[in-house]
Amino acid sequence: MIGGLFIYNHKGEVLISRVYRDDIGYVSMEQSFGWKMRNAVDAFRVNVIHARQQVRSPVTNIARTSFFHVKRSNIWLAAVTKQNVNAAMVFEFLYKMCDVMTAYFGKISEENIKNNFVLIYELLDEILDFGYPQNSETGALKTFITQQGIKGQTKEEQSQITSQVTGQIGWRREGIKYRRNELFLDVLESVNLLMSPQGQVLSAHVSGRVVMKSYLSGMPECKFGMNDKIVIDKQGKGAASDDAGKSGKQSIAIDDCTFHQCVRLSKFDSERSISFIPPDGEYELMRYRTTKDIILPFRVIPLVREVGRTKLEVKVVIKSNFKPSLLAQKIEVRIPTPLNTSGVQVICMKGKAKYKASENAIVWKIKRMAGMKESQISAEIELLPTNDKKKWARPPISMNFEVPFAPSGLKVRYLKVFESKLNYSDHDVIKWVRYIGRSGIYETRC
Amino acid sequence: MMCDFLFSLVCTGEIFELKAELNSDKKEKKKEAVKKVIASMTVGKDVSALFPDVVNCMQTDNLELKKLVYLYLMNYAKSQPDMAIMAVNTFVKDCEDPNPLIRALAVRTMGCIRVDKITEYLCEPLRKCLKDEDPYVRKTAAVCVAKLHDINAQLVEDQGFLDTLKDLISDSNPMVVANAVAALSEIAESHPNSNLLDLNPQTINKLLTALNECTEWGQIFILDCLANYTPRDDRESQSICERVTPRLSHANSAVVLSAVKVLMKFMEMLPKDLDYYGTLLKKLAPPLVTLLSAEPELQYVALRNINLIVQRRPEILKHEMKVFFVKYNDPIYVKLEKLDIMIRLASQANIAQVLAELKEYATEVDVDFVRKAVRAIGRCAIKVEQSAERCVSTLLDLIQTKVNYVVQEAIVVIKDIFRKYPNKYESVIATLCENLDSLDEPEARAAMIWIVGEYAERIDNADELLESFLEGFHDESTQVQLQLLTAIVKLFLKKPTETQELVQQVLSLATQDSDNPDLRDRGYIYWRLLSTDPVAAKEVVLAEKPLISEETDLIEPTLLEELICHIGTLASVYHKPPSAFVEGSRGVQHKRLPGSAGSGESVESPDTGSAAGVSEAPPAVIPSQGDLLGDLLNLDLTPPTTTGPPPPASSGMQMGAMDLLGGGLDSLMGTGFGAPPAAMPASFNVPVSGGLDDLFDLGGGVGMPMGVFNPPKTVWLPAMKAKGLEISGTFVRRAGVIQMEMTLTNKAMSVMTDFAIQFNRNSFGLAPAGPLQVLTPLSPNQSIEAALPLSTVGPVMKMEPLNNLQVAVKNNIDVFYFSCQYPISMLFAEDGKMERQVFLATWKDIPNDNESQFQIKDCHLNSDAASNKLQGSNIFTIAKRTVEGQDMLYQSMKLTNGIWVLAELRVQAGNPNYTVSTCATVSALDGLCLAYKFCMTNPEP
Repeated sequence: MIGGLFIYNHKGEVLISRVYRDDIGYVSMEQSFGWKMRNAVDAFRVNVIHARQQVRSPVTNIARTSFFHVKRSNIWLAAVTKQNVNAAMVFEFLYKMCDVMTAYFGKISEENIKNNFVLIYELLDEILDFGYPQNSETGALKTFITQQGIKGQTKEEQSQITSQVTGQIGWRREGIKYRRNELFLDVLESVNLLMSPQGQVLSAHVSGRVVMKSYLSGMPECKFGMNDKIVIDKQGKGAASDDAGKSGKQSIAIDDCTFHQCVRLSKFDSERSISFIPPDGEYELMRYRTTKDIILPFRVIPLVREVGRTKLEVKVVIKSNFKPSLLAQKIEVRIPTPLNTSGVQVICMKGKAKYKASENAIVWKIKRMAGMKESQISAEIELLPTNDKKKWARPPISMNFEVPFAPSGLKVRYLKVFESKLNYSDHDVIKWVRYIGRSGIYETRC
Repeated sequence: MMCDFLFSLVCTGEIFELKAELNSDKKEKKKEAVKKVIASMTVGKDVSALFPDVVNCMQTDNLELKKLVYLYLMNYAKSQPDMAIMAVNTFVKDCEDPNPLIRALAVRTMGCIRVDKITEYLCEPLRKCLKDEDPYVRKTAAVCVAKLHDINAQLVEDQGFLDTLKDLISDSNPMVVANAVAALSEIAESHPNSNLLDLNPQTINKLLTALNECTEWGQIFILDCLANYTPRDDRESQSICERVTPRLSHANSAVVLSAVKVLMKFMEMLPKDLDYYGTLLKKLAPPLVTLLSAEPELQYVALRNINLIVQRRPEILKHEMKVFFVKYNDPIYVKLEKLDIMIRLASQANIAQVLAELKEYATEVDVDFVRKAVRAIGRCAIKVEQSAERCVSTLLDLIQTKVNYVVQEAIVVIKDIFRKYPNKYESVIATLCENLDSLDEPEARAAMIWIVGEYAERIDNADELLESFLEGFHDESTQVQLQLLTAIVKLFLKKPTETQELVQQVLSLATQDSDNPDLRDRGYIYWRLLSTDPVAAKEVVLAEKPLISEETDLIEPTLLEELICHIGTLASVYHKPPSAFVEGSRGVQHKRLPGSAGSGESVESPDTGSAAGVSEAPPAVIPSQGDLLGDLLNLDLTPPTTTGPPPPASSGMQMGAMDLLGGGLDSLMGTGFGAPPAAMPASFNVPVSGGLDDLFDLGGGVGMPMGVFNPPKTVWLPAMKAKGLEISGTFVRRAGVIQMEMTLTNKAMSVMTDFAIQFNRNSFGLAPAGPLQVLTPLSPNQSIEAALPLSTVGPVMKMEPLNNLQVAVKNNIDVFYFSCQYPISMLFAEDGKMERQVFLATWKDIPNDNESQFQIKDCHLNSDAASNKLQGSNIFTIAKRTVEGQDMLYQSMKLTNGIWVLAELRVQAGNPNYTVSTCATVSALDGLCLAYKFCMTNPEP
C-alpha cells in the first residue's frame, strides 16, 4: 500500500510529508549525480522534479521504490511505495486528495497549503490509514474535521458521525435541512469530430457528464430517468404500439456510462434504473459516451487552393446545424497557415478574423450565431519561397463553440425525489435542468 | 499569512523559545507552539529535542491539539523509544474514552509508533477496540492489526488477533469488512503458504454482499482479494462474475480495473460456448474504452493494462481501434502506449486507417514518438501481410523526407520486412543505398550492412559499399563490426573472384586487431570454414534463414498470465512480475490464471495443477520470474567471454558459434592461437581453445571429498522457496560416473508428480545423462531418493565461482531454481595417471612462475597412506623421492575436460603439515587446495 505521501512546491521543497510505512524511509543509493540520496523525498526531487528531461511517465521507479505523481498548477503530489500496490487506486486517491483539499480551502497553491498544513495533516491521518484509503467524501469529513476546532459534541452526535463515516451512505450526513428544496441538473457534453475535406465523418463521439447540485432536506431517495434507448425500448414493449414508435425515435444509444458511488450499480445492471441518495451540494452523478446519431452543431467546408508557389487561397464556410431559435456562442475557427507565410489578407462576413503569426493560424471569432445559418471567410496567404522540399502537412481546421443543447440528443425525462420521513413531496422540489454542448476536439481536414 | 510566518520562524531555529511556549499555561499558545514544531518537522528540521515538552501537551481535551501531538509522536518515537513510553498511559486511557473518534485516534496512532516496548501495551487496547461497539473504531482497529503484524508478526499470531480479524469479515458494517479484508490480504502475502485468507463460498458470498455497500476504496480491497480466489467450478465462477459486472459502471477507475481483473481471471473457467461468456466479453469493452477519458495518469495505467488484455483476449477490443488514435495534446507517455496498442489491434480490416494515422504521427515533433511510429509501420507490415506493400511504400515516402532519425528507423524496419517477405521488395534497395552516408546509429548501420551482404549479388557495387564501411572498422560498435564481418563473408561466397582481398582484410581485422572475443571467435570460425571447406561454408553462411515471427514483441505467455492476475497494480504498469521490484517476501508468490473451462481445478492447489497448466513448456524455456532465473537469463546472454547477444537480424549462424566454442573447437582451430601463454602450463600436449582455457581458473570453490566417501547432503532448495518441495543433495563419483544424489521431500499438502530437471550451462559442461527418475508420485511428508548420473559433454560456460551449478527443477506445481556447488575433485578422471617420462618432461617445461604452493595442516598420514588415499580420489602418484628426510610425491590428475594438473607433495616425517606445489594459475589454488585437503582427511573407504 501507499508508504508515504509528499507535497512539493515547484522548486522541489517539501511542503507536506507524511510517512505511513517505514520501508520507504531511506532509499539510499548512488545515482549518476554522484551523491547519496538521503531518502525518498530527495530521490523524487532529484529524479523527477529537477529532471532535465520532460516527464516520461507518471510512475517512476528509483531504487526499487515507486513514485506516483500528479501535478496541480505548480504543486506536485507524490505517493511513494515499495510494494506492488494497486496503481489505479493510488492515482484515484491522489485526485481525491486534490478534491478534498479544494473543497476545504479552495485552489491548491503553495500559499494555501502552507496556511492549512495542520488541516492537511489531519485530513491525511483520516483518509489514509497505514496507506489504505478510507472514507474520503468531503461531505462526511466536514462533519468532524473542521478548522474551527472541535465543538462540544454530544454522544448522539458522535455516534452519528462515526456511523456516517463508516456507513453505507458515507457521502451524506443526516439531518440536513433546507427551507427550499431545490436541485439543479447540468448536462454537459463535449462533442468530438474528425471530418474529411469531402465532409465525410471519420470519427465522432460525445463524452458527457451529468452534474447535479442538490439542496434537499433529509435523506432523499432519487430516481433519474433519461431517454436511454434500452429503457425506452423496454417500456415501449409494454405500452401501446403508437406510443412506442413516437418515443423510440427520440431515444439515444449510450455506449457506456459510469456513476458516482452513490448510485446503486446492481440496480442499474439489472433494471437499468438510476437510483441513489445524492450527496449534498455539487457532484458528478454520471459520465457517459455516445457515438451514434450525434447532432454535429457545425459543419466546416474548407477550400484551399495553391496559386503558384507563393500564394494560397483559402475559403472556409461554416454552417450551423440546429434549430433556428437556438443561439451558439463563443465560436472560434482556427485555420492553420504554412510556416513560411509572409502576409495574410482576410475578409469575413461575420465576426472578427486575425492572422496570428506566432500560432501559425488565422483565428476567426464569432460571438453568436443562430441555427441554420451559414457564414464564410476567405483569405489570401502570401508565402515566402523556400527550398524546403517537404510539403506543408496541412493540419486540420479546428473549431470551438458552445451550444445550448446536448449534441448526443440526451434528454432528462425525470428526476423524482422521495423523502418519506419529511413532509415534502416530489412536487415541492424546484428542479432546474440545463444543457450545454461544447466542442471537444472538433476538426476538419483540409 | 500566519503560517508563512510560522514557516520562516522555525527556519531560524528557535528551539529554546518553542520550549517555553510549549510549557505555557495558555491553551492557545500551546497549540500554536505545537503547530510550529510540526511545521519545522515538515521542512526536515530536527525538533526531537522538544520531545518531553510536546508529550506533556498530550493530556488535553482538545482533539485538534491531541492530533498534532500524536503526529509528532509518530515521527520521533522511534528515535526516542524510552521517552515514548511516557505516552503509553495516555494512549491506554484514550482507548477507553467515551468518544469513539478519540478511541479510534488512539488505536490508530499507537499502531504507527513502531517501538517494541509500546507494542506490548498495545495488545490489550487493540483487543478491546477490535470488539468495540462502534464500527468506526472497529475499522480502525482492523488496520491496526496489519500495522502490528508489520512490527511483530509473532506477537499478532500469539495474541490470536488473526482469528479476530477473520471474524470481522462477517461484520455487519461493510467498511469494517473491507478493512479486515485489506489487512488479512496484506498479512497473507507475507505468509505465502498459510491459509490465512480462507476463501470459501461462504466468505465469498459475504464479500460480494459487502461489495455493494462499502466505499469505493473498500470495493477495491474486496475485488483485489476476490481475484485471489479460485472458484470450484464454472457455475460458481459465472455467479461471481454476474455479481461483479455492475462494478464496471463505477466512476472510480480503480474499481473498474479491479473488476476487470476478477472477470478476466474467472472467465478462464467459463466454457467458451456458453452464452454468458460472449455476453461478458461484450460487457468488458465499453468500460475499458471509457477509462481512456480519465485523467492522463490514469489513462496511462489503463493503457498499460489494456496492452496486456489485448494480448490475452484480442477479441474484446478488436473493433475499438479508433479510440486509441493519438490526440494532439496527449502527454507523451499516453501517446507511446496508444501506439503500442494500435499495432496490437492492427488487422486486415483496419490496416488502411492505422497506416494513415501512423504516417501522420511520423511527422510529429517528439523524436521518440516519431521513431516508434516508424517502427510501428514496419511491425504492421510484418503482422498484416496484405498491407506489406503499402507499408513499404509509406516507409519509402518517409525516407524521402531525409529527416535523419526517420530514415535510420525506417531502414531498421525494412530489414525486418525483407526477412519476413524474402524476394519481394528488394527493388527498394537502391533507394536505401542512397542514404548510406547519413546513417550514424549502430543499429541502422548494422541493418544496412546486413541488407548489402544479404543481397550482394544484386548490388553491383556491394564490395565498394562494404569496403567504405571497413575503413573505420575499429571505431564501429560491436554490433556493426559483427554484421560487417558476416556481410563480407557472404559477399565473398557470392562473388569470390573480386573480393578475396576484402575478405582477408576483414578476417585479419577481426581476428588479429580486435580484442573482442566475440568478434575474434566469429572471425576464426569463418576463416576456418572458408579455408577447409568452402562448400560447407556456403551451406552455413548462406543457409536459408527462418522467417521472423510476427509477434516477436509479445509478452511471454506465462508472464502474461501472471500479469493478468495483477491487473491494475504496479506489476501491470511495469509489465514485470512483482518479484522484480518488490523486496522481501511480499509479492514473491507467482499468481497464475485458473485452469480452462470445465476442469474445475485450480493451479494454486498443487494436487490438481497439472491439468490446468495453460502452456507448460520445458523448464529451461520458461522465463519464469524468480530472481535466480533473471540471473540465468543474463548469463545466457552475456557469458564472460562474449559481449552481447548476437544481433537479432543475423541468421542462425551465430547461435551455432556458441556451441562450436564449447565443443570441438580446439581441433578445428589448431594450436596456433588463443591460449595466452601463461594461462595453462600444466596443460601440455592438450591444445585448448581460447574459450576453454579460462575454465582452468578454478576459482575458490568448496572442494568436497569424493570417491567412496559420501559427503553429507546439504539443503539446496528450501521448502519455503519452492511451494513445499525440499531438495537436499550432494555429488559423488562412483565408478567413473559423476552422480548427483538428491533427496526430494514433499512438505506441501498435496501430491507432487512430473518431476524433471535441467542444468544451466556451466564451467565443465555438466549435464544430466538421463531424465530424473522419480517414478512414483510424491505424497505429502514423503521423501524420495534420486540419483542422477551426469555427463560432462553439455554446453560450457564459465561460472563464478567456477564450480557453481544452476539447476531448474520442475514438477506439477511450478518450476524452481537453485544453485549449488560441486567439489572440483569430482572431476578428476580415472585415467589421470601420466606416463613417467611425459611427466618429467612436462614438469621441467613449466616455468617456475606458474608454480604455486600451499600447505595442508594437521594431516597425520605418512606418505604412502596419503598416496593411497589420494589415489582413491584419482590423484595419482607418478614418482616418489626422498630428500633429507622429506618424502616428495609427484602426482598428476586429469580433469574431465582434458586438462592436466601436476603436483608435488612434500611430506616431512613428524611434521603434520604437508606442502603441495602445483602448477596452475593462482586462482585455481583454492579449489585444488580444498580438494587435496578433503581427499586426505576423508575417513578410510
